[in-house]
Amino acid sequence: MSARPRRRRRIGCLALLAIVVASQILTVALLLRPRTMPAPSVIPIVSAKVDRVSLRPVAAFQAIDDPAARSVALFREAGRVIQHPRCLNCHPRSDRPNQTDAMHPHLPAVMRGPDGGGEPVLRCATCHRDRNVDAAGVPGNPKWRLAPAEMTWERQSLGQICRQILDPARSHMSRDELRRHMAEDELVGWAWHPGGDRAPAPGTQAEFGALVAAWLETGARCPA
Amino acid sequence: MPIELKVNGRIARVDDDGDTPLLWVLRDTLGLTGTKYGCGIAQCGACTVHIDGQPVRSCAFPIDAVGASAITTIEGAVGPEADAIRAAWVARDVPQCGFCQSGQIMSAIALLRTAPQPTDADIDRAMGGNLCRCATYNRIRAAIHDAARATATPT
Repeated sequence: MSARPRRRRRIGCLALLAIVVASQILTVALLLRPRTMPAPSVIPIVSAKVDRVSLRPVAAFQAIDDPAARSVALFREAGRVIQHPRCLNCHPRSDRPNQTDAMHPHLPAVMRGPDGGGEPVLRCATCHRDRNVDAAGVPGNPKWRLAPAEMTWERQSLGQICRQILDPARSHMSRDELRRHMAEDELVGWAWHPGGDRAPAPGTQAEFGALVAAWLETGARCPA
Repeated sequence: MPIELKVNGRIARVDDDGDTPLLWVLRDTLGLTGTKYGCGIAQCGACTVHIDGQPVRSCAFPIDAVGASAITTIEGAVGPEADAIRAAWVARDVPQCGFCQSGQIMSAIALLRTAPQPTDADIDRAMGGNLCRCATYNRIRAAIHDAARATATPT
């Protein structure tokens, strides 16, 4: 009896194709399977902790008998606001503002432009609104713009700034306008409510205004 | 309370909070995804749209500050300057990765409307707030000059 020849096992093309198609269907089904996505949640805005620094009140200077010395002392105290980054950043020595407590050049490189509010296409209002926008960390105020070029404070001594703001040709203000600007102007007032992690100017705008008023009343003497 | 926004000539009513940045509403609520989220802090310019023709960073623009102003996104940018900019961008093959380009184009359109024949300095001042990680700045500048020539009134 002769042995039957062994036949090689053969795997059909259809079977291979079926395996490939089935694995592809399985992969797609796995990728597209319904999954529970994380529920949206509100991310609370965490206010950055900023240290508030106080100003000495006008009464603290009454002990200085010499009116001229008292006037200078009052301006030196007010100068802690005037030379604070919140004020200096928009009184730059060039046409480009500075920013942050480190007072580095503003990014993007916005320039003063014809009206202090930026160039026609890249204006301050391209990014800054009439209020601080916490979602983007961008500060703002309705009057957001640079101080006039004649009012450069950056890298000026306090004495130079003093003489500048008393010079109507450069400050464009009378002494009464200057007092009101310091005490009441809302853009100046932003310095005490800068938002984000920006350090506010020392004291309050009312305290600062009182110091400026007392300085003017005592003869508006300037430091050397 | 719903807020009405005039976007690309149409009125859209959205239920988002008033302090929601316009960019989020454009992309997530209205599906206008041509405007890109780059940095979210008004530093890169990818989210630039026009409000009453003026370029603004939509990531730092709360929707309750828009009021009745007209918003124009890249999808709705039309007119001779927009057409010339688009044609120049294609001809010069300006984009590389392309992510910043809708913002670049919106700023470039505003520039041509303000300064029809801009100098290099004009371009630098106007486009300085639009960053490009691929550094396509030279092609952007060349394309703006091309578009300016194309829109120039024949004498």
